[in-house]
Amino acid sequence: MTWLRIVLMAAPVFAASLDSLALAQGGVDQRRSGYQDMSPALQQMEDDEMSNPGMLFVQAGAALWKQPAGKAGKSCADCHGAVDTSMKGVATRYPEIPKGMATPVDLDGRIELCRTTQQQAGKPAPESADLLALAAYVTYASRGLPISPPADPRLAPFRAEGEAMFKRREGQLNLSCANCHDTNAGKKLAGALIPQAHPTGYPIYRLEWQTLGSLKRRLRNCLIGMRTDAYAYDAPQYVALELYLMDRAKGMKLEGIGIRP
Amino acid sequence: MTNALIKAPKTAKRGETIEIKALIQHPMETGFRPGTNGRMIPRNIIEHFSAAWNGEEIFRMTFSPAIAANPFVSFFTVVRDSGTVVLRWTGDQDFRVEESIAIAVT
Repeated sequence: MTWLRIVLMAAPVFAASLDSLALAQGGVDQRRSGYQDMSPALQQMEDDEMSNPGMLFVQAGAALWKQPAGKAGKSCADCHGAVDTSMKGVATRYPEIPKGMATPVDLDGRIELCRTTQQQAGKPAPESADLLALAAYVTYASRGLPISPPADPRLAPFRAEGEAMFKRREGQLNLSCANCHDTNAGKKLAGALIPQAHPTGYPIYRLEWQTLGSLKRRLRNCLIGMRTDAYAYDAPQYVALELYLMDRAKGMKLEGIGIRP
Repeated sequence: MTNALIKAPKTAKRGETIEIKALIQHPMETGFRPGTNGRMIPRNIIEHFSAAWNGEEIFRMTFSPAIAANPFVSFFTVVRDSGTVVLRWTGDQDFRVEESIAIAVT
């Protein structure tokens, strides 16, 4: 008898919470992470930290975190302490506008800033093993948390620029990001499934790359595929686009180190 | 700097079958790809992997160029005595890595 009462009592509460969730997002959430459309074998490869090669980068990042660098001779840990506490949720917020700056930076940009100003070390090369390892280690501390872009009003114009870029036709093929990832998501482009382009797993271990790569590298891939000139790695356009993509994926779970085909 | 992840039980019962998993960072360059300068990138692969329990070989495999970067190996073995399992990867360009794990038999 008691269990029935509990179920009866709990049912309206459960329904109400589902309703509010659906309402808050304007109906049922139709968004899908690329993870959900991967084969079960790849999902398992990502979930098992032992077979996820991205974990090699996390391990390398853990070593770098404690290693003093640059003229200042400071390590990341000297200022920030353990990632489990200091970096938890950080990756869910970026791109952000750092203190004393007027333009947003992404997580890689933030690491570069720390490297050059706090540690007074050289600027890490884009997609270098060290930068990827640190980004992976910091992102790993936020695994499973919902993507939560900050409510900073100064970000709005940059985000709007990113949205305009997402919807603007470009390149010899005259395609916009939205042509594939909004209008035709779920269909096939050659043999590959077109994902909805939610940045839930970055930095990702992409099997095609045989290594870990940043969201920028992935965006450059798409730009080249559209037969347009990819921006330089430090171009502000990527950050604007990332801002829009993170806002679009707001509330979706950050996977930590994702695997993608 | 070599980077490897190994998973094996710390304790096991005598006669039990256990799984040992090993993941290692390696480019596994095939030797068949041209680089950005048009020249072939020289082959750089892991050639052999072996595991020895207290010095006695329990597993061995030969790698080929078709194996992907950062190879993952998993194998099973029957537990005998307490001791260390030494995993050894050797390959091109004097690649040589040894990692050991201690397993206590209860």
